[in-house]
Amino acid sequence: MSALSAASRNEPARSQETSATAARKRARTNRRLLVNGLRIGIAVIVLAVWEVGTTIDETHKDGLWIDPFFYGRPSGIKDQLWTWIQNGTAQGPLWLQVATTLEEAFLGLVIGVVLGVVFGVALGRIRLLSDVFAPYIKALNAMPRVVLGSIFIITIGYNIWSKVALAVVLVFFVVFFNAFQGVREVDRVLIANARILGASERQLSTQVIFPSALSWILASLHTSFGFALVGAVVGEYLGSYHGLGLVIYTAQSSFNPNGVFGAMFILAVVALTAEFGLTWLENRFIRWRPNTITTDVRI
Amino acid sequence: MGEPAIELRHVTKRFLTPSGTAYTALRDLDLAVHEGEFVAVVGPTGCGKSTTLALISGLEPPSEGEVLVGGAPVRTVGRDVGYVFQVDAVFPWKSVLDNVATGPRFRGIDRREAEERARDWIKRVGLAGFERYYPHQLSGGMRKRAALAQTLINEPRYLLMDEPFSALDVQTRTLMENELLQLWSTTRASVVFVTHDLEEAIALADRVVVITAGPGTVKGTYRVDLPRPRNVAEIRFQPEFSRIYKEIWDDLRDEVLVSYERSKRSVS
Repeated sequence: MSALSAASRNEPARSQETSATAARKRARTNRRLLVNGLRIGIAVIVLAVWEVGTTIDETHKDGLWIDPFFYGRPSGIKDQLWTWIQNGTAQGPLWLQVATTLEEAFLGLVIGVVLGVVFGVALGRIRLLSDVFAPYIKALNAMPRVVLGSIFIITIGYNIWSKVALAVVLVFFVVFFNAFQGVREVDRVLIANARILGASERQLSTQVIFPSALSWILASLHTSFGFALVGAVVGEYLGSYHGLGLVIYTAQSSFNPNGVFGAMFILAVVALTAEFGLTWLENRFIRWRPNTITTDVRI
Repeated sequence: MGEPAIELRHVTKRFLTPSGTAYTALRDLDLAVHEGEFVAVVGPTGCGKSTTLALISGLEPPSEGEVLVGGAPVRTVGRDVGYVFQVDAVFPWKSVLDNVATGPRFRGIDRREAEERARDWIKRVGLAGFERYYPHQLSGGMRKRAALAQTLINEPRYLLMDEPFSALDVQTRTLMENELLQLWSTTRASVVFVTHDLEEAIALADRVVVITAGPGTVKGTYRVDLPRPRNVAEIRFQPEFSRIYKEIWDDLRDEVLVSYERSKRSVS
């Protein structure tokens, strides 16, 4: 409606309006520059202190602020990454390690999300099921599920599927509880309205309850991918042939902090990329939501 | 007059409260609505007006008594029933077009035809041009229009309305009331219109039913012999209007007082 009234305004008012728009745009650009500048500044300061702290007065035995033997050094991490890229890791080429971990995490994510949504919606919809399963699910959720990794290594073996299984277990509960809650919180009036309009039970599930719970489910995906990575990496620690978890484990065993940090850096990049992808996906799926919810800053 | 279109016989409805006790919303309620009649139900807040609609629609079964729609007892949600809710009930993830087309789609009509009919209804409620908008982009009045189109597209023979305009500002409200009367005159559905606003009730209805403070039961029924077509904005100035208003208000006032006293007590 405001667009209509703006269009009907006369010319002088419009030129004022454009200058106001330009001013707003400048203010927004300035603010973005400030925020990004400060962000880069923080990274530079932390890395500089770290680098200088591990370098100053290296000749003196106890003169170091930070001992690079334990804490590594940014330039050392860079060199380590470069070596991995050029010569590969002890377990083979770097891309293979990254691809293995990603494959495990994504398989775990997809399977965990599907299972979580199906069980969450089913238990949310069917009262008897949720009453029967509630104590078991609570018990399983209360347990530190990472210990299941050892069982999976024993039963499934050193291949990727033991890591996928661990990732699935971790992801499942996050998605399950969100889907369950999402279904429970569906507006009663919307359900009543759909039934009056002639919805069958199936149409009610697919066209009212699922879309309504979707914002909860998608919100859980952000946490879920993190958990999927945890599952994959911890699984690789426990026993594997390839993967970033194994790279970290190997670096740890040989007292190579630069290797641990290097692998951590790669994991962070992977996680951030996935996060961007998920936000994009979310915005695509929930276009109907007011913008205030979807465009706020995420950290 | 023949068989009533909607009939409630000695209906009692109890709900289980979270603390485990039974709460009686309606007690021994009798109500009959004739074919093509516009009945307004007024009563103080919490008297079970909305419960009456839930029973007629089939969303809730009565605890005792019988609910008949079109001469047959209500077992489940009927196909010929339309229900306009007090709060927003349009689906926030669907555009106006998809929202209005929902009813026909649920009833198995293919997308092309459903959308064609939806466009027609969107025009009739004055929302042409907003087909692609999502509910959160519309004003409260426009969302109500969408809800109206969503309900009327199914061509309900029995139209239930639960304080549909109570959230709107006064001007929009009068406008919507006139449009409702105009739309209704083309469908001639039997209407049960629940409201707490006596003026609205008299302006719209053929008959006004006063419900007592909860547990609700019928306190009195009043015929409104004002000529149609009516203009809601102006009908209030007719002497006949104020006469009916005074007559009903004498009845309603006591119930409002009872309900007010009760709410004061439950707060303190």
